[in-house]
Amino acid sequence: MTFEEIHQRLAAKFGDRIGPLAPANKDAFAPVQTPAIVEICEFLKTDPELAFDCLINLSSVDWPKKNQIEVVYHFWSYQKQHSFIVKCLLDRAKPELPSVTSVWNAANWLEREQFDLMGVVFTDHPDLRRIMLPDDWVGNPLRKDYAEQPEWHNITTTRESPLDGFVRLDELVKKKASEKKEVLQ
Amino acid sequence: MQDFIDNLIRSWGHDPAAWPWTQFLYLAFMGAAAFIVVNFAAISAGIFSWAERRVAARMQSRVGPNRVGPFGFLQWVADAVKLLLKEDLVPAEADAVLFRAAPYFMMVGFACVFVCLPFSHKLIVADLNIGIFYILAVTALIVVGIIMSGWSSNSKWSLFGAIRSAAQIISYEIPAGMALMIPVLLAGTLSTQGIIRAQGGWPWQWFIFDNPAAFAAFFIYFISALAEGNRTPFDLPEAESELVSGYNTEYSGMRFSYFFLVEWGNMWVMSAIATTMFLGGWQLPGLSPARFDALTGGVAVIAEIASLALFAFKTLFFVFVVMWLRWTLPRIRVDQMMNMCWKYLVPASFAGALFVAAWMLLVHEAPWLGQAMRFALTAIAAVTVAAFALRTLKNLRDTGDKFDFTSNW
Amino acid sequence: MSKPLEIPTMDMTHKEVMRRIEYTGDMLLNMGPQHPSTHGVINFLVQTDGEVMKRAIPEVGYLHRSIEKIGERCTYNGFMPYTDRVDYIAAMFANQGWAMAVERLGGFQVPKYAEYCRVIACELNRIASHLISVGTMAMDVGAVTPFPYALREREFINDLLEELCGARLTYNYLRIGGVAFDLPTGYEDKVAHFLDHFEKILDEFNRLITYNEIFIKRLANLAPIPAEMAIDYCLVGPNLRASGLSFDVRKQLPYSVYPELHFEVPVGKGEVGAKGDAWDRFWCRVEEMRQCCRILRQCLAQIPKDKEIMGKVPRKIKVPEGVEAYSRIESARGDMQYYVVGGAGENAHRVKIRTGSFTAMGIIDELSRGLMIADLVALIASLDVVAPEIDR
Repeated sequence: MTFEEIHQRLAAKFGDRIGPLAPANKDAFAPVQTPAIVEICEFLKTDPELAFDCLINLSSVDWPKKNQIEVVYHFWSYQKQHSFIVKCLLDRAKPELPSVTSVWNAANWLEREQFDLMGVVFTDHPDLRRIMLPDDWVGNPLRKDYAEQPEWHNITTTRESPLDGFVRLDELVKKKASEKKEVLQ
Repeated sequence: MQDFIDNLIRSWGHDPAAWPWTQFLYLAFMGAAAFIVVNFAAISAGIFSWAERRVAARMQSRVGPNRVGPFGFLQWVADAVKLLLKEDLVPAEADAVLFRAAPYFMMVGFACVFVCLPFSHKLIVADLNIGIFYILAVTALIVVGIIMSGWSSNSKWSLFGAIRSAAQIISYEIPAGMALMIPVLLAGTLSTQGIIRAQGGWPWQWFIFDNPAAFAAFFIYFISALAEGNRTPFDLPEAESELVSGYNTEYSGMRFSYFFLVEWGNMWVMSAIATTMFLGGWQLPGLSPARFDALTGGVAVIAEIASLALFAFKTLFFVFVVMWLRWTLPRIRVDQMMNMCWKYLVPASFAGALFVAAWMLLVHEAPWLGQAMRFALTAIAAVTVAAFALRTLKNLRDTGDKFDFTSNW
Repeated sequence: MSKPLEIPTMDMTHKEVMRRIEYTGDMLLNMGPQHPSTHGVINFLVQTDGEVMKRAIPEVGYLHRSIEKIGERCTYNGFMPYTDRVDYIAAMFANQGWAMAVERLGGFQVPKYAEYCRVIACELNRIASHLISVGTMAMDVGAVTPFPYALREREFINDLLEELCGARLTYNYLRIGGVAFDLPTGYEDKVAHFLDHFEKILDEFNRLITYNEIFIKRLANLAPIPAEMAIDYCLVGPNLRASGLSFDVRKQLPYSVYPELHFEVPVGKGEVGAKGDAWDRFWCRVEEMRQCCRILRQCLAQIPKDKEIMGKVPRKIKVPEGVEAYSRIESARGDMQYYVVGGAGENAHRVKIRTGSFTAMGIIDELSRGLMIADLVALIASLDVVAPEIDR
């Protein structure tokens, strides 16, 4: 099935809870209302026509300009060999949406990753804790306004540039030559 | 050895029972023997460490250590010196006394075995009349050392290794012991020299080809010995991919080297026992023990050296087989290891012992049957070896591999 | 044993799990991060009762370098060397995924010759990666010898790739719109010579380890993954195919010049045990190497003669903000996906790399229950996880 057919089928079922298909130049996606995500996912998985048995990717994009965080779901159906993309548009101040772990187990780690790096809170996720960074890390690195904490448990997160005080050889030669000239003059 | 010293004292014109220095002479000779034996054990273990690395390198198409001395032969000396000079660390949380003592237990258990191991017709420290029983008993000390090291290290990996090792060695002692009882039954003695004397120089006179049960017992013993020596496929106690390094994880320096000394030295022990019990030991073909005893002068010396060489050759061949297995086979899992012991090897070894008892009665009535069986089994073994060689040659031809033992040294 | 042991459930927090493990008297083992067979810096919190594991909880992130964030700060071309570090065992695929995503984003065309160069480099790299995988798996099961054999063959491939792009590990060979260098003179002959040699070695490798009795005993029926479970946990690549599902991105969603090449997709059959067990995963990789040889031979025969290695790509790549593209390629570890959102300037607004190892780690918790410690090592090896690819 093509994107349009899948979208029509979804729109017929969910009505205005699923937005119009937005062609993002390359891959079209459908924005959905946040509270309906689990219901839509369950439909996507169980509907025999759609049969999206796999959540192949879950990512999120930070848009400070729009004051939005987009959570992007990539679905793939091994049975029907077709794919679909769904986005949830969240408020940047309070990015919260329900977890789809109950639908696909793969969502468990993928959601943990987004929680860790982007700070998206997946409510009723079974094991929502940081996955890449230490548990007591401050901030979410993939946010556009992220500033790294200067140190963590007395371990500094920055270091001096090894190039400080480094002089290029050709410049040194030039400098010496000009100094010589000055002395001669 | 006591006879030898008594004869020596008599040759000096004293009566050994009455001479006041007899006991001191005994002590001096015992000290000398202990020195020689422990050094033999340590040096052979060191040489095996080099040999194993070279053999492994050959099998893995690598070069191996070849810098120190000719063919890298002195590598083991360099390693030993390095290990002796390393700091001897004891982890802060470890039980320091047990931690320090554990390697000695292993070393003692290992060195004591050599008392009863024959090397040639005359060369043996003490031909105890309970020889093989003594060997089985003292090797148990090694287990004590392993458990002590694993427990006292206060590391979970060490503990895992120690518990695995204890389970493994204690389990495999049973089939090993039962398998060794078969040559004992056939020879009617526990003395190691006595068992060799009961065999003969030719392959069909060896105990391994005496009857089918003895043939099976040899393999049961060999598998169990691999398990007792923690060699692949039974190297679970020190499985580096699972348990980091097993019971010796926390050790360093000299104490660490003791563990490895025991492991490599054990290859000689297990192979020497196999040679003694099943493969005719030092017996020279065509020279019966009685005629050997009667030899005098230069001929006796030559025969003695020949018997020493033959015994060493047989033993070293099995040392090589042990290395070969190690660098070929994967490791089995702990439950499979236990299954194999208790479900297959233990019943088989008991059945074998019963079979041999019955067989001996049968052969007593019909001696031709024993002879026929000996020749038949020898022929089967010869055919198997020939088939193996042919198959190897075919593989070599098929893959276009070249024999090349001259380069890469 | 004072009270019955409870298996911690997924709804317990991390700290609760730790407390519960200590309380019940089970042993808590920290397997890693410096354990020899966790295939990189990964930690497994292993809750065991003797040799039998109750549960193994993977703790990842030790190698997290925030490559996705770096991708947002580099230009599109400038990010190429960083993608090598996503998966240093099969760096060519990470290159290709990124190149394809940006080409899709900007609508760039790649000349056919360059596509063949890419496929040759990638398939060589796939063999190298699978050699590491099968070699280390044999070593984790205790057979040390197959590993040097595998590495010896990999050295030949490293030499070939070094001749191609000057690097042995992090290649940085692909460019957006093409490849960096043309094939060197006589390269086809060298690759063909290697393939002649390597196909024989594969048979030898099978004789040495694949059909070894102890090896089969260790791996048959170990942690079988049914196809439904594999899909549910989003396993990809050989791990998925070992479960009996014939899905290969090169076949089902063909990219590059793969439609012109003929090859089979090896699928786990449960030859020695249950379908999708650890042995099947091992076997799939061995068979895939054979198919790689087939692909390479076809590439060498079909490669065009025009020697055009770069398509028309502007020096400064700019795409409209908010445009997004998605690329899927079949990496050595399976379906590797790049999700790229174009940014305002010369760099991407967001890069998301979805790798096979990351999702494969997620299944270990579920599979590890009731296995033995030795099995966990074999399980990790059979899933062929690579630590930097998990953490990125």
